[in-house]
Amino acid sequence: MLEIKNLHATVDGKDILRGIDLTIKAGEIHAIMGPNGSGKSTLSYVLAGRDGYNVTQGDILFNGQSLLNLEPEERAREGIFLAFQYPVEIPGVANATFLRSAVNAVRKHRGLADMDAMTFLKTAKAKMKQLQMDEKFLQRAVNQGFSGGEKKRNEVFQMAMLEPALAILDETDSGLDIDALKIVAEGVNALRSPERSAMVITHYQRLLDYIVPDVVHVLSKGRIIKTGGKELALELEAKGYADIVADAA
Amino acid sequence: MAANAQTIETVEGLAGEYKYGFVTDIESELLPKGLSEDTVRFISAKKGEPQWMLDWRLRAYKAWLRMAKEKGEPGWAKVSYPEIDFQDIHYYSAPKKKTLKSLDEVDPELLATYEKLGIPLKEREILAGVAVDAVFDSVSVATTFKGKLKDLGIIFCSMSEAVREHPELVQKYLGSVVPVTDNFYATLNSAVFSDGSFVYVPPGVRCPMELSTYFRINEAKTGQFERTLIVVDKGAYVSYLEGCTAPMRDENQLHAAVVELVAMEDAEIRYATVQNWYPGDKNGKGGIYNFVTKRGACRGARSKISWTQVETGSAITWKYPSVILQGDDSVGEFYSVAVANNAQQADTGTKMIHMGKNSKSTIISKGISAGKAQNTYRGLVRVMPGAAGARNYSQCDSLLIGDRCGGHTVPYIEVKNRSAKVEHEATTSRISDDQLFYCRQRGLSEEDAVSTIVNGFCKEVLQKLPMEFAVEAQKLLGVSLEGSVG
Ligand SMILES: Nc1ncnc2c1ncn2[C@@H]1O[C@H](COP(=O)(O)OP(=O)(O)OP(=O)(O)O)[C@@H](O)[C@H]1O
Ligand SMILES: [Mg+2]
Repeated sequence: MLEIKNLHATVDGKDILRGIDLTIKAGEIHAIMGPNGSGKSTLSYVLAGRDGYNVTQGDILFNGQSLLNLEPEERAREGIFLAFQYPVEIPGVANATFLRSAVNAVRKHRGLADMDAMTFLKTAKAKMKQLQMDEKFLQRAVNQGFSGGEKKRNEVFQMAMLEPALAILDETDSGLDIDALKIVAEGVNALRSPERSAMVITHYQRLLDYIVPDVVHVLSKGRIIKTGGKELALELEAKGYADIVADAA
Repeated sequence: MAANAQTIETVEGLAGEYKYGFVTDIESELLPKGLSEDTVRFISAKKGEPQWMLDWRLRAYKAWLRMAKEKGEPGWAKVSYPEIDFQDIHYYSAPKKKTLKSLDEVDPELLATYEKLGIPLKEREILAGVAVDAVFDSVSVATTFKGKLKDLGIIFCSMSEAVREHPELVQKYLGSVVPVTDNFYATLNSAVFSDGSFVYVPPGVRCPMELSTYFRINEAKTGQFERTLIVVDKGAYVSYLEGCTAPMRDENQLHAAVVELVAMEDAEIRYATVQNWYPGDKNGKGGIYNFVTKRGACRGARSKISWTQVETGSAITWKYPSVILQGDDSVGEFYSVAVANNAQQADTGTKMIHMGKNSKSTIISKGISAGKAQNTYRGLVRVMPGAAGARNYSQCDSLLIGDRCGGHTVPYIEVKNRSAKVEHEATTSRISDDQLFYCRQRGLSEEDAVSTIVNGFCKEVLQKLPMEFAVEAQKLLGVSLEGSVG
């Protein structure tokens, strides 16, 4: 599904990613952990194609095709979804309007007809119910005035509607209360299938109790310094990053 | 909701071209260029006007000559353009076949043009409940729906017809809100106005459909000087829509219209405009000079006048739809979206003149600038000594796209009564990279992202428009901002 090969990237001329190799197969969930500032969000932006994040070496293959020359919207339509660490507010644009445009942009790319308003509403309401989100959020402006947790839940709601092939969740668990964490994790698990993959960026092993990863990676200073199974997260929780980072240095 | 999807299609379909830039090939009767007393007499005679109307025009023409000699065109707006040669303009142009009794007699080419413009003119559109008075260059072509309105005592016809058929009303109200010598362009309009719409709604009648005018400038080097007068009597109501387009031409064309509204006791007038005159090309070649005077008088107690405008076109827009709040407890509203892209210049806003006690006004202005355009909100709120308890709330927001454009807010506030309350808020924001990336990450193209964000920014104004117009306006916003990022 996703193959990252010797990826180097700069932001504002500064080297942030310094040689990342990572392969996620269809159906797998990989967790990315690592200290603040290690480059986790940067990796997610580079995968999503954000302007200003320049790949200087290496390649990213998605289903065998290089992503490097694709615009962010093309990558999104190919099935890459990023749940933002800091979701953005868009004043005056109803969540429903926004999401329906997104759903239809993706459908169009797949050669499907637009989803009509009625079907959209029905589907949206069903997904919201699963996520225990109030339907009022459909008519509210995108993320505007949402609490931190509500924003995160809204990201998962969008993901549920868009059904991406590869979901990248950047600290979606931060700011969620315990109940919300479970609900959001269920939302992610509901999408789990042999054709879909996910990259879950988190600081807390607790999330991984609910979304059980196949592989855990530790990112430090723009490199993956350790890769292991689910137990690696437990080890990090107990000991912190100091030992691993020291070993790698 | 569907609007956005439609915006997307429109944007994709048009690829930045001005959709209304076609020229209709119709034989027309064209008065040679130039302006003199004879021009004024010619226009008046052509329309079979009575002597009083001709005298009125001639008075205006003399006043205009004086103004032209003493001061020339007004220079206070934040717009710049070469001086206009008023002798290089045709002041009258009309499609040749005339005196139409029904739509069947209208030149099929013309009807095809209207169809292209998406104007509801024929049977199926009548079902949509819109009565249209279509003004093509200088002459009102056909007014649909007249019969039904007539039964209710509502008059909806071309200005020329009103002068002939309802002289008492025209004489009483024409120039009563915008005096002949109000300003340079209004005075010019008073001398040479060629046609326009007239509406009268009798006491207590609620006009059951939206009345609508569609203006189009077709002829090259033609000025369009329409004159609209709407009088709504006690306790009556009307909603009026106006749309405008013009073909693409390299030279600038002048549009100097005057609109007067009169609302009696407990009357309400809603006036909505979607203005999409040709804006000129990317470098500022060609385009319409839109120098328009629009004013309403809330004459009676508890009367209400509401202006809503979406201004996306024109090379230069100079326009301040205003309300004179004479009646006690009268209400004036101004909701505006003004877009200036590429080399467009917009200087637009409103005047709210509070005279009646407890009169209220609301101003919501959304200015969007892109390219190297300049967009100015210019507004006056004046509370006269007698307007005890008057209130105004103004909110002016500017949205900038890119860093070569400018958004300016120039509010004038004059309060001469201590019990009045005037509030003014202004914001300036930019479309952020974060917002664009967020939208694109969800699959929206860059252009749809801009259009989505802009539509959100304008929401408070767009929701004041009647439904069909709101959809049209959303599309226009997307199209007129094509190519503004990246
Ligand atoms: N525009 C920029 N200019 C310079 N440095 C930047 C820029 N953007 C990010 N960085 C730096 O890149 C590094 C990686 O940032 P990133 O946001 O990817 O970290 P992270 O692993 O997601 O951290 P956190 O756990 O705190 O979210 C940081 O040191 C950050 O300061
Ligand atoms: Mg981060």
